[in-house]
Amino acid sequence: MIDKTLPTCRDAVAPVFNSATVMLGGFGNTGMPGRLLEALRETDKTGLILVSNGAGAGDYALGGLFKDGRVRKLIASFPAPNSTFFRERFQKGEIELELVPQGTLVERIRSAGAGIGGFYTPTAAGTELAAGKETRVLNGREYVFEMPIHADFALIKAYRGDRLGNLSYRGTMRNFNMIMATAAKHVVAEVDELVPLGTLSPEEIHTPGIFVDHVVQVERHPRLFEPQQKEESAT
Amino acid sequence: MTLTRDGIAYRVARDFPEGSYVNLGIGIPVLVANYLDPDKEIFLHSENGILGVGPRAAPGQEDPDLISAGKGFCTLQRGASLFDQSLSFTMMRGGHLTHAVMGAIEVAKNGDFANWKVPGAAVPGVGGAMDLAIGVPNIYIAMTHVTNKGKPKIVDECSAPLTARGVVKRIYTDLAVIDVDHSGLVLREYAPGLDASTVQEKTGAELRIANDCREIEVPAAANGAQLRH
Repeated sequence: MIDKTLPTCRDAVAPVFNSATVMLGGFGNTGMPGRLLEALRETDKTGLILVSNGAGAGDYALGGLFKDGRVRKLIASFPAPNSTFFRERFQKGEIELELVPQGTLVERIRSAGAGIGGFYTPTAAGTELAAGKETRVLNGREYVFEMPIHADFALIKAYRGDRLGNLSYRGTMRNFNMIMATAAKHVVAEVDELVPLGTLSPEEIHTPGIFVDHVVQVERHPRLFEPQQKEESAT
Repeated sequence: MTLTRDGIAYRVARDFPEGSYVNLGIGIPVLVANYLDPDKEIFLHSENGILGVGPRAAPGQEDPDLISAGKGFCTLQRGASLFDQSLSFTMMRGGHLTHAVMGAIEVAKNGDFANWKVPGAAVPGVGGAMDLAIGVPNIYIAMTHVTNKGKPKIVDECSAPLTARGVVKRIYTDLAVIDVDHSGLVLREYAPGLDASTVQEKTGAELRIANDCREIEVPAAANGAQLRH
């Protein structure tokens, strides 16, 4: 019988090694694997290369990894002004930042998972984010060549999962989790609820278990319920 | 009289026909959501994976799994759909959305604009701005006409790092509505009580005056507090 469940997040992050490339799901706090990130902080692993949309907020989960000085490089689209600990280390020159337009970041991850060797995108053509990259004019329009991003690990978050690693998401949790599940050698998902096989209908499985190595049931990190940033007064 | 941030947002919202699929950036653009015509079916897109963003969640009704791109808790409009980043950016880059409204640091007369790298910012962040800019057919800029030091933001050539080249279709400011066409900038409307020459004085590039150039129509209720920088 296949059983991809693990009892604790500590078990789940144990294979992570120094200098590993680790993808982290989430957009803001939603869909961020907060418990796995906290478990990773409790290890002594360092020199990590992280792939994430942002750089976290506060001093926990992703923000905590920067606070603790575990990260050598961040590949991201939007380190926000409130990513305090990333900013401090970045300004001191302790972290390298590879800034990638969000759609290009998505497609580079998707390419890795889908077996594509690279692609041409019009995004960033003629801007400093295309500096040094191969460009090509196709049908009169300039495109920038981008390469896939592969990772050693992906730490992702889903709402429900089963022992085969099938995952289902709620609301806007899908964000980067679905594509990151395809692009890493070793994929670990934390879920709010581990359900018996057959509970998830085939239609509601967003990430088929073929992509997932391990599943851990967690109680959510309470700080991931806090609003990360106040919007302007859109009502 | 000049337009307030809300006044600018009100004016932008008048230009969406029924069936528009619109992405609103941070700053003045997100205020546009408050002024959409309730008699039209218009869908707001949020790049983290929503088509059909509804109003902010009421206090006590927040769902931690449902946020919009500004990272505030939101609701869903009837008929909304949810999806992952890959499908979301397919909508953006693939030309499926009809409009995107963004803020800007500078806009040039040829439709180039700069909005992602604020000079002096500690950390650069680009997010989805470049993907929207090259993918969405109608790129609208909503911003103050000049900087807080009085320097024109509409210029012959951008000096800040570009977001994209030649994509801006229309600019809405506290002073004017300006179109960008193949031969440059066309002044379509000016704030109530101003005139074309006043707008030109505060603009760093030459404006052609549209034949039917007129005052911006904005009700006092939508233009309450005066614009602050």
